[in-house]
Amino acid sequence: MPVNEEFKPTIVAFCCNWCSYAGADLSGTNRLQYPANVKIIRIPCSCRLNPMFVLRAFQRGADGVILCGCHPGDCHYTTGNYYARRRMTLLFSMLDFLGIERERTRVEWVSAAEGAKFAATMNDFSATIHKLGPNRRLEDLRCRKD
Amino acid sequence: MQERLKQKATQLLENGTVDRILGWKAGEFFYDLTPAVFTTKEQIEKDFVFNVFAGANLSKYLIAESRKGGKVAAFIKPCDSYSFQQLLKEHRIWRDNVYVVGVQCDGMCDAAKLGDGVLSVKEEGENLIVDTLYGEKTVLKADAIADRCASCKSKKIVIFDELIGEQGEETENDRFGEIARLEAMSPEERFEFWRGELSRCIRCNACRNVCPACSCEKCVFDNANSGVRNKAAADSFEENMFHIIRAFHVTGRCTDCGECSRVCPQNIPLHLLNRKMIKDINELYGPYQAGADMDTKPPLTNFTVDDCEPSIVHERGGQ
Amino acid sequence: MKKIAISQLNELFSAISSQKMLYIPADDGAGAAKFTPWAEGISLTDKLNTVRSAKDLFFPQVENLVNFKVEGTKIDIVENRDAAKPFVVFGVRACDCASFDILDRVFLSDPVDTFYQTRRENGVVITLACSRPAETCFCGVFGIDAADPAGDVTCWMDGENLYWRANTEKGEALTESLNLTDCDDAAVTAQQEESRKILAKLPLNGLDLSAFKDEKLLDVFNSPKWAELSESCLGCGTCTFVCPTCQCYDVQDFDNGREVRRFRCWDSCMYSDFTMMAHGTNRPTQKERFRQRFMHKLVYFPNNNEGIFGCVGCGRCLKKCPIHMNIVKVAKALKEEKV
Repeated sequence: MPVNEEFKPTIVAFCCNWCSYAGADLSGTNRLQYPANVKIIRIPCSCRLNPMFVLRAFQRGADGVILCGCHPGDCHYTTGNYYARRRMTLLFSMLDFLGIERERTRVEWVSAAEGAKFAATMNDFSATIHKLGPNRRLEDLRCRKD
Repeated sequence: MQERLKQKATQLLENGTVDRILGWKAGEFFYDLTPAVFTTKEQIEKDFVFNVFAGANLSKYLIAESRKGGKVAAFIKPCDSYSFQQLLKEHRIWRDNVYVVGVQCDGMCDAAKLGDGVLSVKEEGENLIVDTLYGEKTVLKADAIADRCASCKSKKIVIFDELIGEQGEETENDRFGEIARLEAMSPEERFEFWRGELSRCIRCNACRNVCPACSCEKCVFDNANSGVRNKAAADSFEENMFHIIRAFHVTGRCTDCGECSRVCPQNIPLHLLNRKMIKDINELYGPYQAGADMDTKPPLTNFTVDDCEPSIVHERGGQ
Repeated sequence: MKKIAISQLNELFSAISSQKMLYIPADDGAGAAKFTPWAEGISLTDKLNTVRSAKDLFFPQVENLVNFKVEGTKIDIVENRDAAKPFVVFGVRACDCASFDILDRVFLSDPVDTFYQTRRENGVVITLACSRPAETCFCGVFGIDAADPAGDVTCWMDGENLYWRANTEKGEALTESLNLTDCDDAAVTAQQEESRKILAKLPLNGLDLSAFKDEKLLDVFNSPKWAELSESCLGCGTCTFVCPTCQCYDVQDFDNGREVRRFRCWDSCMYSDFTMMAHGTNRPTQKERFRQRFMHKLVYFPNNNEGIFGCVGCGRCLKKCPIHMNIVKVAKALKEEKV
């Protein structure tokens, strides 16, 4: 797929309320830059991420989906992120099995203190998706903005 | 075998062990059995059948049957017994109302492999004597065996009140061979493969409705308020979405009975999606067989602090 | 009667498709037959019939009826129906061809469904007589002669030749544009005789539908047999979706945030949300849904359509039902009942 110079990937970042959302906040107050096309959706815990949300994000125009949560061991609800970890591993594996580019999905643990990591993660993820080009294999043509 | 099952069914009704029998009813031809409930000796005498086409997994019917009051006896084959136990584990079947008669199975046949015009079939040892509109022919049972049975995972009946035939063991099989072949492809090839398969989907929901692991009272895809009901599957995305969510929702609960692929009118190999998840679970979280016992925690409601990170999917590159 | 050698079939398809879009039954990835747009390299299936019926070409599973563009409080209605494209469908069996008469009664009666009407007007149907029917075939019950199907053109095939007879003006027009040789009826008559011998032997051809009479409507409806018959029904839509005469549909809107797209899609009376209304559904269990399907085909439809049953005996539901419950079993069970 030719990389469109104008292509600005849409990234949906699901962030847990307790760590990663606060981490995103911190990167903002620290004036760290990350692409404006990263759309953050706050969820109560990384474990709240229903696989359907990931698919729906792709359907509605996301080119990459990333889940950010508390580091393993630091979950506000003690164990939520451990369950999320298994779920996302298997979901990503299934998407990969279906031939959807595996680089389009990612999980990263970002604590409330890691504003810099949040910005770096988003910059890196965005660059990866930019290289991949727009999501075509898991897109709904009815939602394409032409 | 059929006679032994009939005798058992009659006996269980007559001695008052159960009020109803869940089995298979004869059809127009030898191969078109319908799951059915019998309540009298006469019905059993007239219509009860068990043969190489009794492939339908009866365990899912027990969700409803066990709630109807009275007691029901069900004939459960090895692979059905895994589904049955998995449903028990999920508290979907009322165990006290079910009497399980385990039935050993040598593999079921696929009527589609007999060709057109089949008027009747007789089992004779290893052969099927097939009478067709265009003459009689002999087909080896082994040649007509259903694909899922050719890679049978176990002949063990994991739960029963009584057994007909021998208890079996888990079997050597190559059921993950197909998965490995797909994993070895490039993502582009896999994408093409699955587009080719899933684009045939007619959204009849047979795979979902037959699945013993799919036992939600109301499926999210039937719920107008869910925002994802996609009866008008106008875009290929919706085929992908349905099958990903279907397979993911049964991940860790799917026993690999293969009913989804058996019933698909378009012959989509749906079991491959489920099997991929089983293979992953085995490799990443340790061997697990849904329905094998009542105690082991299912992999998706369990974890260890040392679990691999989701990035493993990137690192192993498709495998 | 005209003919063309089987070895020339590719040239025939090529000649037709140079004028109009041509669909022929060809094998899909799973080895099952499907009406496929013809192109060089696509060859005729050797299967008796397609899994999905020829209905798909006139009444597709999903079609975009209209779109609504929403800007503030302004709504623009955007008509986007396909331009009428003439097409030819080759290899339609007698049963599927008969299903068009049933669909016509639904979609072409007032108010006319113009989407369907356009496709009917633009489609040329070339039927292919059956010489090797399956055990599940019972079109004879509905007065359909599989050895002499209707359609704009009727074809017969033997080992050497394809025989061709135009039946309608549309068929004549197509015939004139093709390079076919004149021939007599002898070969076709001989094949028909053979075919009819087999058709007479079909086990389900004697199916008795006399129990389904207008005056017995309530008796059939209230028969206790329905509970038993529907007991193992999975509630999937396989039978309705492979059926050439099922014509129920739903209309669904898809909102992508900028516009609303309105789709018509097949619906199935087997589904729990079929004819869902504000108060809920009036067929709360599978028994009522199951009964609806067969009452519609065997009682309601004939009552409204001069006794014509809503079934053509193609046997797809017999082949494809996951639990092998079907119209034949239902008809036989209800016949035993003293209704």
